Amino acid sequence: MSLFIVNILDGFVTGLLLFMLCSGLTLIFSMMGVLNFAHASFYMLGAYFGYQISTIVGFWPGLLLAPILVGVIGAAIERYGLRRVHKFGHVPELIFTFGLALLIEEVVQFFWGKSQMAFEAPDVLNFSAFSIAGNAFPAYKVFMIFVAMGVFLVLLYILTKTRVGMIIQAALSYPETVQNLGHNVPLIFMGVFGVGTAMAGIAGVMAGPVLGTFPGMAVVLGSIVFVTIVIGGLGSLWGALFASLLIGWLQTFAASYNVKMADILMAFGLNQPVDMTTSMLRDLWSLTLPQIGPILPYLLMVFVLAFRPQGLFGKRET
Amino acid sequence: MKHDTENSTVPSAAQPGRAPLIAMRSALPWIIAAVALALMPVVFASGSALTIMNQMAITIIFALAYNMLLGQAGMLSFGHAVYMGLGGFFCMHLLNQVEYNELYLPLPLLPLFGGLFGLIFAFVIGSFSTRRAGTVFAMISLGVGELIAACSIIIVVFFGGEEGVSGDRTMGPTVFGFDFASQLEVYYLTVIWLLLAALGMYLFSRTPIGRIANAVRDNEERAEFLGYSQRNVRWISFCASGFFCGIAGALFAINFEILTEENLNLATSGSILLITFLGGVGFFLGPVIGAVVFTLLQTVLSLYTELWQLYLGILFVLTVMFFPSGLAGLLAMHVRPWKIGKLGLLARPYVQIAGPGLIFVLASAAVLEILFHARHASIGAEQMSLYGISFNSHAVAPLAFALIVAAASLFIIARLAPALLEAWGDANHGDSP
Repeated sequence: MSLFIVNILDGFVTGLLLFMLCSGLTLIFSMMGVLNFAHASFYMLGAYFGYQISTIVGFWPGLLLAPILVGVIGAAIERYGLRRVHKFGHVPELIFTFGLALLIEEVVQFFWGKSQMAFEAPDVLNFSAFSIAGNAFPAYKVFMIFVAMGVFLVLLYILTKTRVGMIIQAALSYPETVQNLGHNVPLIFMGVFGVGTAMAGIAGVMAGPVLGTFPGMAVVLGSIVFVTIVIGGLGSLWGALFASLLIGWLQTFAASYNVKMADILMAFGLNQPVDMTTSMLRDLWSLTLPQIGPILPYLLMVFVLAFRPQGLFGKRET
Repeated sequence: MKHDTENSTVPSAAQPGRAPLIAMRSALPWIIAAVALALMPVVFASGSALTIMNQMAITIIFALAYNMLLGQAGMLSFGHAVYMGLGGFFCMHLLNQVEYNELYLPLPLLPLFGGLFGLIFAFVIGSFSTRRAGTVFAMISLGVGELIAACSIIIVVFFGGEEGVSGDRTMGPTVFGFDFASQLEVYYLTVIWLLLAALGMYLFSRTPIGRIANAVRDNEERAEFLGYSQRNVRWISFCASGFFCGIAGALFAINFEILTEENLNLATSGSILLITFLGGVGFFLGPVIGAVVFTLLQTVLSLYTELWQLYLGILFVLTVMFFPSGLAGLLAMHVRPWKIGKLGLLARPYVQIAGPGLIFVLASAAVLEILFHARHASIGAEQMSLYGISFNSHAVAPLAFALIVAAASLFIIARLAPALLEAWGDANHGDSP
């Protein structure tokens, strides 16, 4: 039971981290109708900027400055890159963000090399907040939960309660009408793209010390982020939240419960072949849950797309 | 060979009675290509050149097959390495069966079976992934790609786990006395399959189904109202593409005699997208140009610099931003000036701008190389050599010099650009010289 609670908490942290990326990606998608393939690359940039700033002035200024820097870069890429490609159509846009993801990975390797950076959590948070039956829960993860929820609540407040949020929501659905009412819609788009990438930057600074700051971090998280927003339904913020938590828990639980396929098969009354080396089904018999954990999200996505192409919470098909 | 604009030439070939089965004009490029490919080993006889050419031929088949989806049916796939990889893995197992005398199969026929396997797999995946084009198709292809790549570590029986599956191509029955032990024999085998596959894909694009695929790409709703099921059209295109990918996979198996997880993963799927787009998706020959340029860049550039992937990334992003029709599109832009006999007008501005352009590229690369060396060189190894000059990368002078040269050449390019644009305008106007 205690392991169950620890997994719930760990999965919650992973899910919230995913949601920091997915919420920005979903906003950008509803705005432009195109998935930003480079979104996880901005997350990686956030981690690296956070590390670089932390070596000069410490972790806390980094947590503030790195996302701003990432957001500015994101806004500039929207203004001078995406807006240019937009007129060629959706497929070139998707290809552009894909190329951007490749390029950012190379640029990161250009400046910081291929090895992992020594990005550490600040000493203030380097203690265990509480422990459940001997499993210590680090204070840093508690801090991550609070920051993620704080960012989400601020975003929700701005989007639903302020005048700026109303204009943004209107611009997402009816850009021409909002334009005719005298609002600068391209500026709104640039701003939303900047804020979305800045949120990925915050996630990066926070995840850097826990998950490691290395050039492959964007690829590791990137495809999972797409899977998540596709499962949740493209353009749906609540779908993104639901799917993020679902994937977070799915991965955490799959990694910690060592269920063996052999046990399940034997429970059905099947006998394990004596000579495993020649059996064609030997992989089926030696399969364990932690082994297939990483592919579960993809499997889920393929099923969701095959049977409900608009995703769990999505309203429209793309 | 731009398939969007070539519609006008089709009726002339269909004159009843008089027209020969194959017009000389359309057969000539293929004959020239065949002769050129046959003569290539005479010009480039070294072992490494043969290896590069084999790799190039396989990449061309793969890129052409990929463009059947991206360019001709408007489907963007992020997991297409899977179909080539699975075909290759299947052929590797067939090769091993042949080696243990459990199967009689001459090596030259192997790609056919790789193709069939790719076709079967594409049929299964296509049954649900081709229902929608656009983002949904792209995401399903990404999901399936990641799924298969991850499975390759788990399912050891078929994929061989981390170390992959390897075999020996020379163990089969000899064909006309060839046992395919030498690179040259493999080259000719690969090239024959390259011609067959390219011809097959070209002819596919001319069939009614190939034409309807273009229609579905441009406007799926309108095609649907004409009575064509957009899903079936995409499915058929997808299966055909899977077939040719399988052939490429089989040739990969024959050439390298090993397949690993690397043949299935996202990086391979991404690079084929890069190659195809770089070459130009709107043209049949685009992927061929892309594959040749990419393979050359990859093999030659990587000899000289560690940063070749960075340069490739920059090139790719610039292509998407400024030349979305790719290298083939750039060449095709010159067809009109050539036809009206005004290509000569462009020669002078091109020559003028070529010098500063080359200097700008070299100087910018020098800036990057110096910065990279200064950041990553081990302590004490501060000397670096670039373009045959040896200097200290930590000093300010070389970097400043490279920056000044780059800025100066950029300034000259900016000054020459209006003349080029003017000449371009002149060359594209008027009907006769």
